Amino acid sequence: MTGHDAAYDLAVVGAGPAGLAAAGVAARAGLRVALLDAGARVGGQYFRQPPDGFHASRPGALHHGYSRFVRLRDGLGDADVLLGHRVWAVEPAAGGGFAVHCLKGGRERATTVAATRLLVATGAHDRVLPFPGWDLPGVMTAGGAQALLKGNLVVAGRRVVVAGTGPFLLPVATSLAAAGARVVGVFEAGGRFALAPRALTRPGKAVEALGYGGRLARHRVPYKGGRAVVAAHGAGELTHVTVARVDAEWRPYRRGHETVRCDTLAIGYGFTPQLDLVAQLGCEIGADAAGGPAVRVDRHMRTSVPGVYAAGETTGVGGADLAELEGAIAGRAVVADARGVPAAGDPAAVRAEVRRRRLAAFADALLRAYPVRDGWTSWLRDDTPICRCEEVPYRRVREARDLGAADARSIKLLARPGMGWCQGRICGEAVARLAGEDPGPPRRPIAQPVRLGDLADMDERTSDDDA
Amino acid sequence: MTEASPYRLVGARPEPEFEMLVDGRPVPVVPGQTVGAALHAAGIRIWRTTRFGERRRGLFCGLGVCFDCLVTVNGEENLRACLTEARPGDEVTTS
Ligand SMILES: Cc1cc2nc3c(=O)[nH]c(=O)nc-3n(C[C@H](O)[C@H](O)[C@H](O)COP(=O)(O)OP(=O)(O)OC[C@H]3O[C@@H](n4cnc5c(N)ncnc54)[C@H](O)[C@@H]3O)c2cc1C
Ligand code: FES
Repeated sequence: MTGHDAAYDLAVVGAGPAGLAAAGVAARAGLRVALLDAGARVGGQYFRQPPDGFHASRPGALHHGYSRFVRLRDGLGDADVLLGHRVWAVEPAAGGGFAVHCLKGGRERATTVAATRLLVATGAHDRVLPFPGWDLPGVMTAGGAQALLKGNLVVAGRRVVVAGTGPFLLPVATSLAAAGARVVGVFEAGGRFALAPRALTRPGKAVEALGYGGRLARHRVPYKGGRAVVAAHGAGELTHVTVARVDAEWRPYRRGHETVRCDTLAIGYGFTPQLDLVAQLGCEIGADAAGGPAVRVDRHMRTSVPGVYAAGETTGVGGADLAELEGAIAGRAVVADARGVPAAGDPAAVRAEVRRRRLAAFADALLRAYPVRDGWTSWLRDDTPICRCEEVPYRRVREARDLGAADARSIKLLARPGMGWCQGRICGEAVARLAGEDPGPPRRPIAQPVRLGDLADMDERTSDDDA
Repeated sequence: MTEASPYRLVGARPEPEFEMLVDGRPVPVVPGQTVGAALHAAGIRIWRTTRFGERRRGLFCGLGVCFDCLVTVNGEENLRACLTEARPGDEVTTS
């Protein structure tokens, strides 16, 4: 006997634009759908909502295209929305389909959801690079600052510097400024206009970019390219940062350092897709346009593992529009596969495919326009922490390399970066780059930390199932 | 001109705040906020000290990824403050 029936035709993990769109399409077509998310509200990163307790009369003020979110949220049909469910493992179930193991609620009780098909739409998190002082309180990720604002209506600080690379810095800066923070500067390590010529290939985005420009100007926020925050300072808490002029490889010039006073630094060097679940299932993982890991999918968003689909940032970072579109395509494919009919053919599918290609080409152009350049390693000093959890300084990583550790795995075994609580989610990419590798796919047995007791419970259940 | 604020921006009319106790000290919370957000809003940005270097930590990723923000809530250890919704009367202890 199984402890969990295959209650659902489809389990969708992640209720961002991709997961919402997919769940809606499948549920409206009559499939039994479970939509799971770790968060307390649907929306994902882009459409992150404040709690109801705020009674916001203009909830759309912090989001571009809020009406789209309302359509997605209200279009979920009969899908079961399981919030506060952190999925920590997925595995093929004995009788076919998949077992989705979750920790539920604030007290993290273990529970399992069973489904015939699985869509992974777990999105991405900020990519960060170590630099001296990056673990001072007051230094946050740009996405974290945005999440604090959108999800809790708390402004990260009074005097804020936004820095890193990529177009995402702009909405972070403008929303912080609109919410009352004094944004003293946006420092883009790449070229400030890397975006502009590409944006012309997609008029909507160019207008958006211009819109940000206008808003930055209105709040008198300077936006400077070829500048990087190479050190953060403060006695126990952030008080100022050093901004350097950097060359095309991000190596600081000798001259042109500037000290900027701030209580908060919001930093982001692009995004890293959350691939733990697809990696657990053995889905093939390839590279995005900038060499970063992304799950391989076919035109219908099917991964290499039958019954597993992926959409949104997990397939490569491409923004909310593309995530939503991919979700809808995946939803249609799930419906077709469940019914045993071909996934393509009707004109709507062709139009979606044309649009997907255009958006994906734009996303690839952005990724190529804002890559991470190797010069960031010249910002490091001997005592700069590389791994925040295990407190591994750069010196120990170098020692490991000197001892012959030639790849990220050997460095990890010798110096222990990435062996702590976050399992290398924060430092893994930096360690890979220090080892001269492209950041690879994650190799983590679990996607969320679990208590040993819960694992033991699960073992029992699994052996019951076998009996 | 009135000052910009996130509440003004979204036209919020928040419900009355409740209190959680952080190391015995009351901290106000708008219903629905996370422990980490309420701490931050109260100007408390540091609530953990690391094992080896005694480095001070608070929110970093804000998304449940980095584990910098760990707290104990009502005796439950190692909860991420940025993900854990605060409840009236919660007793939060920091390390
Ligand atoms: C912090 C942050 C802020 C962002 N803000 C903006 C912005 O302001 N403007 C912009 O243009 N782009 C922003 N982005 C880019 C954004 O990722 C995309 O535009 C869009 O949200 C991607 O949609 P998605 O559906 O792929 O994933 P997401 O929107 O990221 O949704 C993924 C969902 O999956 C859930 N999830 C992940 N893992 C698990 C798990 N193991 N168990 C259960 N649930 C899980 C998450 O809670 C999340 O709700 C932001 C990204 C991040 C990381
Ligand atoms: S701030 Fe990173 S896990 Fe909470």
